[in-house]
Amino acid sequence: MSGAVIVLGVGMHPWGKWRRNFVDYGVHAARAALADAAVDWRDIQFISGAATMRWGYPGYVAGATIAHALGWQGAEANTSFAACASGAHALAAARAKILAGDCDLALVVGADATHGGLLAPAAGHRPEDPDWMRFRLGLANPAYLALWARRRMHLYGATVEDFARVRIKNAEHGVHNPHARYRMRLTMSEVLNSTLIADPLRLFHICSVADGGAAVVLASEAYAAKVARKQVRITAISTMTPQHQTTTPEMPFVAVNLSVAEDAPSHAASLARQAYERAGVGPEDLSVAEVYDLSSALELDWYEHLGLCPRSEAEQLLRSGATAIGGRIPVNPSGGLACMGEVVAAQALAQICELTWQLRGACGSRQIPGARAAIAATAGVFGHGSCTVLVR
Amino acid sequence: MPDVQLLADPRRECLIGSRCRRCETYYFPPEHRQCRNPHCGQAELDEVALSRTGAIWSYTNACVSPPEPYVRRNPFVPFAIAAVLLEQERLLVLGPVVADVAVERLRIGMQMELVIEASAAEDAADEILWKWRPV
Repeated sequence: MSGAVIVLGVGMHPWGKWRRNFVDYGVHAARAALADAAVDWRDIQFISGAATMRWGYPGYVAGATIAHALGWQGAEANTSFAACASGAHALAAARAKILAGDCDLALVVGADATHGGLLAPAAGHRPEDPDWMRFRLGLANPAYLALWARRRMHLYGATVEDFARVRIKNAEHGVHNPHARYRMRLTMSEVLNSTLIADPLRLFHICSVADGGAAVVLASEAYAAKVARKQVRITAISTMTPQHQTTTPEMPFVAVNLSVAEDAPSHAASLARQAYERAGVGPEDLSVAEVYDLSSALELDWYEHLGLCPRSEAEQLLRSGATAIGGRIPVNPSGGLACMGEVVAAQALAQICELTWQLRGACGSRQIPGARAAIAATAGVFGHGSCTVLVR
Repeated sequence: MPDVQLLADPRRECLIGSRCRRCETYYFPPEHRQCRNPHCGQAELDEVALSRTGAIWSYTNACVSPPEPYVRRNPFVPFAIAAVLLEQERLLVLGPVVADVAVERLRIGMQMELVIEASAAEDAADEILWKWRPV
């Protein structure tokens, strides 16, 4: 499938710890996106929700739940679940619906409220579930993040100071983001003296969870041609699975068939390559990227997966200042997950909101001047992930 | 994935995996439905005992208690975690490291061997889990 869809409007509920129902955040974000798009809810023909597993049935059918909350008006409803990539899959469903010619206007919504502490598996005694099995063994998410981080230190000489530099950069970005949960600068000593969670990763190397919502109004090119404003286009979304042989441990599995070649293309690199090919752009064309910094170490891996630098050179790229606002290719101008916190059903859509604002030139003190092309990258358990290319 | 007690053989102190009859790909936990190598697709796999030893690919530890169903002892004591590559099988197997070996003792490339331990879970008396220990 080729062709572009237009991001007509975006909106968010600020991220934090608000202790409200996920539907509140979803409706708030949806109304903000509709207002931004200057579109009436009654004109939306397709609503695509990202599911949450934390709110029972309404969460499993999030698209229908938000449609009900906004008032049933006959729109077709869809819900997508793809772990932390759910928002990207909900976006892909809406894009496909538009490109298939079934509708001109779609609303994509993700909202969630995540309990504090480590993410936990579904309840019950279910040894046949890989997600149950790994927690039984004691392998929570930070363990996987730390295994990847340590491997990066071994292969490329990364240091905990490098990981801290990523966090310090993102903290500086987040100060300027009114939607971020954490808006405070951090020093090297604050990061390196924070509580050890999973050696070598400390509290400030690992993103927390949050409550929040994000929404996007998508339109066909034909519809958008009637609207006069600076338009952001989505030119590609890739959501491919990994290959049978992987290059790293994959959450939530306790074992993987490891690729013989250490430098075999990673899942993330394959996602990026497919998205670039479909969009007809390359990493050299990018102005900005939003990636999942589940840990500060993981952001360094993304530089290489996305082709922002050759493999093994991410630390150099970071230290050069290239990935900070004002540098050659800023990464996570929103502050990333480090400042936002994980809102599983919404975080992929929050990236689209941030990049749309960047491409419109509407980001104020965190604006990347002249931003023209952007990529958003996600990862999720059970082999999920996505790369989305936006241009103006 | 079968019941936990079927994943390991406590007498031989090894994990039980499976191997494809055609392409000889190994699986852990044992795959029984079909070979997951998309270039193979063979339906017949045999249960096999996996190698007891391998080299550390990466390692870490858990400094805060994982949530349930992890069986937490009081007080919680941090434990090391290793990802160990079984060379012959080309399987990277994750697991906790035995209690008396702290993360500071581990190095990438270090040889580890498998230990089978009874689970501390009161609701699963016959459950067994695996741990890694330096050779």
